[in-house]
Amino acid sequence: MPAVTSRAQRAAHPIAIVAIAAATLIFLAPILWIASTAFKPRAIATSVPPTVVFTPEVTPFVKLFTKRVQLKEPPTPEAYEAAPWWEKTILDGGERVLRVGDDVQLSQYPNRFLNSLIVAVISTVLAVGMGTFTAYGFSRFKMAGEADLLFFILSTRMLPPIVVAIPMFLMYRTFGLTDTHVGLIILYTAFNLSFSVWLMKGFIDEIPKEYEEAALVDGYSRLEAFFKIVLPEAATGIAATAVFCFITAWNEYAFALILTNRRAQTAPPFIPSQIGSGLPEWTVIAAGTLLFLLPVAIFTFALRNHLLRGVTFGAIRK
Amino acid sequence: MAHIELRNITKTFGANTALRGLDLEVADGQFFVLLGETGAGKTTTLRIVAGLERPTGGSVLIDGVDVGDWSAAERDVALVLQQYSLYPRYTVRENLEFPLKSKIRRVEPDEIRARVERAAKTLRIEHLLDRKTDLLSGGEMQRVSIGRAIVRKPRVFLMDEPLSALDAKLREALRTELKNLQMNLGATFLFVTHDQVEAMSMGDRIGVLDRGRLVQVGTPAEIYTSPKNTFVARSVGSPPINLIDGAIRDGRAVAEAGFALPVPARGEAGTDRPLIFGVRPEDLLIERDAPAEARVHDVENYGVEKVVTLRVGDMLLRATTSARQQLDIDAPVRFSWRPDKVLLFDRADGTSLRQ
Ligand SMILES: Nc1ncnc2c1ncn2[C@@H]1O[C@H](COP(=O)(O)OP(=O)(O)OP(=O)(O)O)[C@@H](O)[C@H]1O
Ligand SMILES: [Mg+2]
Repeated sequence: MPAVTSRAQRAAHPIAIVAIAAATLIFLAPILWIASTAFKPRAIATSVPPTVVFTPEVTPFVKLFTKRVQLKEPPTPEAYEAAPWWEKTILDGGERVLRVGDDVQLSQYPNRFLNSLIVAVISTVLAVGMGTFTAYGFSRFKMAGEADLLFFILSTRMLPPIVVAIPMFLMYRTFGLTDTHVGLIILYTAFNLSFSVWLMKGFIDEIPKEYEEAALVDGYSRLEAFFKIVLPEAATGIAATAVFCFITAWNEYAFALILTNRRAQTAPPFIPSQIGSGLPEWTVIAAGTLLFLLPVAIFTFALRNHLLRGVTFGAIRK
Repeated sequence: MAHIELRNITKTFGANTALRGLDLEVADGQFFVLLGETGAGKTTTLRIVAGLERPTGGSVLIDGVDVGDWSAAERDVALVLQQYSLYPRYTVRENLEFPLKSKIRRVEPDEIRARVERAAKTLRIEHLLDRKTDLLSGGEMQRVSIGRAIVRKPRVFLMDEPLSALDAKLREALRTELKNLQMNLGATFLFVTHDQVEAMSMGDRIGVLDRGRLVQVGTPAEIYTSPKNTFVARSVGSPPINLIDGAIRDGRAVAEAGFALPVPARGEAGTDRPLIFGVRPEDLLIERDAPAEARVHDVENYGVEKVVTLRVGDMLLRATTSARQQLDIDAPVRFSWRPDKVLLFDRADGTSLRQ
């Protein structure tokens, strides 16, 4: 967890600025490498030492999104002229885009990407939603064995998940959940739920119960008080929890690999599977990886204000 | 408006007993102050009346009806707290409207507007209506809290130390305002505080709470002049009452600190029975020819009067005198008391011997 510095401390020394810039560069280096590779001509993609200055191409992205076939002979000048700008880069490389009628045949990448989005978004909504309700119950009501229950919920995270991979696979096969969106959603929701309960409990504990009690006395039911008073106050915590859950679900690789192969396959197992056929297309893989990074980056960026306050677990709240 | 009655209320939290056999009655239109130290059970009492907490034993009656099974919303009481009493993220107007927009009340929008305006006017917060509550000062916040209570015309106002987070001057101003408000509305107030000045100045009746037990209920004057025991005697009056260990011998009060002063003869006080004499500072007189002698330990000048601390042996006594009286630290002075004002308490259990 990053240390929280006050504004006064943050008015930093030039040396500190240099140090931070250097650290940032080091942390960002792999991403910069991926980003630059995604735009490189194939020939220099893996050159040693790496080529830093080059003319960027969109070829890797075109290849990422389309199905292609090898050309037996170079295209005729007319065909070359008739091709859209993005296809020309392919034709230059001795391939053409596969068409059925006039429709360009897309590769599997957009579909896998969409699967990732569906599974991650829905499982995040479920985990955060259920987690918030559960945490509210734990936070506000006394019950027998409360501490034990909370510990039990946490303990579901203690086993390395991969230990249960084989039993999970067999169970999923029995219930027909392999290679389904529902299957992955259930699994990722279960992964994230304990985390979500614990995190949300911390945030809800911070909200004075006097607010809801005032609403109860003012003539509202417990549920109305929850939605009108608690939920808006918990927005910061919900945002932070959602980012964590989303990242976990978005990045999950092992179970996606075991439990899905086509219809519901997500991007993480799909991207490396592209390495297999023929010479590895590093630039295409880099392009796929780069796009794969975007949703998390956008989501986190959109919620950054909440996150900054959220990840300090209320330390900044007065 | 309503009449509230608590019958034999007991409340325990695990092994901790917050209230023991509490009987309390607040008449319609009365300003009832529950006075007690921290942990005495004041908040717990209010929460039980509001329906936020269930008593372990006993019953709560509003207008003669047992409301034990009623939810907080159904009881139709208003609650004002010391803090956290306004909804954050809402403007002042939204806060005032909030109780009126509840489904169980069904107030028309025009009526809501009118009531909010009226409450804002009464409390002089009209200029704040469109502000966010986190930008308000403490006094303004409490005004809005009170406003949120009065828009509703509740059956009872419950107030949990609403003024104690404010500075002295504001507290004084709001004290008067609140009392006037209560009288104008003819409302029933159950007001909780640890501040005896608030209790004395606002209450029609005061209930003194000691560790979950209601020790005495009476008008401020009764509580002040005839406390049932030393605890009640100590809980009102500023500077506090002087409590002096001693006994009655030969018709005179003999203090263990080494002085003797007259007291009216009282049979039950008995000769040589260990007693505590209670004397309010204003009944302790510094006079040239008085029978007892002390030294001036300290003098605090309050403008209208001086509070003089006297030292007799190793005992300290407080007396109030005119601000004009000249007294030097460590100078010897003579003092006596008004015998008819002296209270007698049993030393073993602290109960008053005057009935
Ligand atoms: N929810 C609770 N759980 C356990 N004990 C509690 C709870 N609420 C109150 N108590 C205990 O009950 C006793 C009375 O508390 P209460 O809050 O009513 O006191 P109070 O008179 O309002 O004090 P203060 O002036 O500090 O507000 C205290 O000993 C307190 O610790
Ligand atoms: Mg309290």
